[in-house]
Amino acid sequence: MNRPTTDHATLADKFNENEPRVNWHDETLWWVRAKRDRQAWSIPEWELLRETASQIKLNVLGNLHDYLIQFEQQALQNGAVVHWAADAAEHNRIVTTILQRHGVKRMVKSKSMLTEECHLNPHLQANGIEVIDTDLGERIVQLAKEPPSHIVLPCIHKKKEEIGELFHEHLGTPAGNADPQFLTAAARQHLRQEFLQSKAAITGVNFAVAETGEMVVCTNEGNADMGAHLADVHIACMGMEKIVPERKHLGVFLRLLARSATGQPITTYSSHFRKPAPGKELHIVIVDNGRSRQLGREDFRNSLKCIRCGACMNTCPVYRRSGGHSYHTAVAGPIGAILAPNLDMKDYADLPFASTLCGSCSNVCPVKIDIHQQLYKWRQVLVQEGHTSGMKTAGMKVMSAVLSKPGNYKKAGKMGRWVLKAFPGMVNNRFNPWYKQREMPAPPKQSFSEWYAEQQSTKK
Amino acid sequence: MTIKIASTVKVGLFIPCYIDQFYPQVGIATLQLLQKLGCEVEYPQGQTCCGQPMANSGYEHLTHQCNSLFVRNFAAYDYIVAPSGSCVLHIKEHLHDPANEPAAAGIRQRIYELTEFLTDILKVTALPARFPCKVGLHQSCHGQRGLGLAQMSELVASPFSKPEQLLRMVAGVELVELDRKDECCGFGGTFCVAEEAVSVKMGKDRIADHVKHGAEVITGTDVSCLMHLEGVLRRQHQPVKVMHIAEILNQQIHEQANH
Amino acid sequence: MSSREQILAAVKKNQPEATMLPSLQGLSGNMPATLEAYRKVLESLGGSLFEINDTAQITDLLSEHYPHLQRVVFADDKRKWVNDDPHQLEDVDMAVVTGTWGVAENGAIWLTENDIAVRVLPFICQHLAIILPRERILATMHDAYEKMGAPQTGFGVFIAGPSKTADIEQSLVLGAHGAKSLVVFVLG
Repeated sequence: MNRPTTDHATLADKFNENEPRVNWHDETLWWVRAKRDRQAWSIPEWELLRETASQIKLNVLGNLHDYLIQFEQQALQNGAVVHWAADAAEHNRIVTTILQRHGVKRMVKSKSMLTEECHLNPHLQANGIEVIDTDLGERIVQLAKEPPSHIVLPCIHKKKEEIGELFHEHLGTPAGNADPQFLTAAARQHLRQEFLQSKAAITGVNFAVAETGEMVVCTNEGNADMGAHLADVHIACMGMEKIVPERKHLGVFLRLLARSATGQPITTYSSHFRKPAPGKELHIVIVDNGRSRQLGREDFRNSLKCIRCGACMNTCPVYRRSGGHSYHTAVAGPIGAILAPNLDMKDYADLPFASTLCGSCSNVCPVKIDIHQQLYKWRQVLVQEGHTSGMKTAGMKVMSAVLSKPGNYKKAGKMGRWVLKAFPGMVNNRFNPWYKQREMPAPPKQSFSEWYAEQQSTKK
Repeated sequence: MTIKIASTVKVGLFIPCYIDQFYPQVGIATLQLLQKLGCEVEYPQGQTCCGQPMANSGYEHLTHQCNSLFVRNFAAYDYIVAPSGSCVLHIKEHLHDPANEPAAAGIRQRIYELTEFLTDILKVTALPARFPCKVGLHQSCHGQRGLGLAQMSELVASPFSKPEQLLRMVAGVELVELDRKDECCGFGGTFCVAEEAVSVKMGKDRIADHVKHGAEVITGTDVSCLMHLEGVLRRQHQPVKVMHIAEILNQQIHEQANH
Repeated sequence: MSSREQILAAVKKNQPEATMLPSLQGLSGNMPATLEAYRKVLESLGGSLFEINDTAQITDLLSEHYPHLQRVVFADDKRKWVNDDPHQLEDVDMAVVTGTWGVAENGAIWLTENDIAVRVLPFICQHLAIILPRERILATMHDAYEKMGAPQTGFGVFIAGPSKTADIEQSLVLGAHGAKSLVVFVLG
């Protein structure tokens, strides 16, 4: 699998070459955060609701084995076919086999970050099956041959003019028309044909209820339902952490999900799939792909509480100013940065460092994942596991030596201030990342400790 | 003027390394302010740093000696006070000393950021300070979200702000409202150089918010954030100054703000 | 070992100690279960609402507010279309269905497979009308799940407003893939 080898800082640097665009990206997402705040404040019990959701998910993690078995039993009783995939490759094989058995060559898919994580689309394509993403944002990035840059707002990085051009090229809309209303209508027409012709539909799963074996899929567009109800075969792909214990718990999560995600009171459609319609097939693929491993990491298991609302991305000052693609993984932003190292420490060693640890992510999280604490802890793990540069380690050792001995520290401090004063060229150059766009602090003539010592001696 | 408090408290003054080296005036203001409020303040000369630069970079395992040094320096005080929310938070969350864990635990309990020490321990209700100026308050994240110095905009909860409460006691201070009252400035420790582009952009955006609302001085509880903002301000040749909150709270009536 | 066993074994080994489920009491607060509260939210979602005393008023109201409807289907009059291929519902301009529960806090209406007869109906139609008896308006989702109880059908859905998207520059557009508009007739 080819992944970009460039790290977050480099990709973010590139994103920042166009400052007006960064401003636009930042303000658009901040607006979503503001909408989220308004919805949260509409519920006086909001913080209790978050705490309750967090505790329900903790209960799920502690009973996941039994809940998965219960869910499977119920789903089988409901007439669904249940598949288990240990990793992404097995997930892709299972889906491909089902589609091949039905002779499907072209099919529709609604949004599923799991299938992004597993790189299902390229796999199906390699097996001669064309996938049409039906979420408008996902269809747009698919036409642009890009991955989604946000788990809820897949093409939030794209300007409407660019989308207009894409539609002109692929859907034959008039050149220069970039009106969202018009473009959405064009996509509706184009995708209706796909829905009507598709024999199979893939959807994600937002919640899977152990008690009833039903799955809830949330969309605003109605694409999951158009796909699933018109096709003969519905394949629902779910990460195994999507379980909730009982049906009544859906009330808690459906109150939180859309309010946190987009600042709506609920998504337009919250569909509860339980049994296949008469004469049709319902397949459920339960995927591990590293989740059981993450479950065993005490410091990081709470990341599995995530309900994929994307609120942490919208509030993250770094995400807003670096764009989703700078995280070079399916799930970007703060939550992605604590999930990705579990998948591959080497490839994603940069992500936990793409944060100021400001903590806003943990505060908006509807299931109260301690995201910024986990970022800190991942940094420790990544260094311990050797996923860091030798130069950085050497520098840190010097720093440690200086700061551990007051004598060393005083000497180094004096020298530092002297260097700043005497040889600005040594630090004030383009190799100094601080100085590139910032002035260095003006060096004072004495340090606080020198001043203090002076005061003490004059007193005596 | 000295404000009397019930009994004299013995305060160990912790001046973080970059304040010591680059912003001694912040240390001086903190010391004078605490003395003015009746505290017996000592600055242990052997101190260096809280260890956060290493720990936040993933090298917490290299901070043991630094931690032991901190424990040796500060174990004896009733309270440890520092003009930095970030360093205090780091000590509260990560100070351990296998050689003397009870002392480390005690310090974690007794260490305070300056403004919370003033509002919660000294229970200051008035200050003999005057600073006629339009001031923008930068809520540094570690102080605000980590230590709870102020309510966080993400939560559905009643507003409060300890730094703001104190600034309102200073005659002449006019606090400006910001569009984003608690967005991170982008300093973030080594983030400021490792992620230079985003760090600077965040700093520029914070400054723009303060400038837009007419702030003449940007203040806050963490010099690290202010140092970063000052670096950007000076590069932009902006007339806006940065001052640590201790410097404003310590402004004498007769000093007449010579900023 | 199959993947199933392998996954379940890994989960069993790695899962933390089990904790109790929290109580769901007190989460609804003082949210109102009123028609006014419901209407306010529904309208903010782009839906419209009419109060009626008799379902016989619906035909007139529809022709007044939707003058160009060609094909209108009523879910409770399904003999005419229910056995057709669901794909043929593609040309339905207006579907009229009866909702089970309405939720004031978010404008959602719960519909089961029994209410809609064919699963794709409320999605594939160009416009959707839902009849909701006034006494069926509840305050919150917690109330809704309590009333719904165990699932009785193979499919059910909460619908809150017309289909929409804001994927292009966060500009809200009604009518993504599902119904372009939603009208709720509150009965009684």
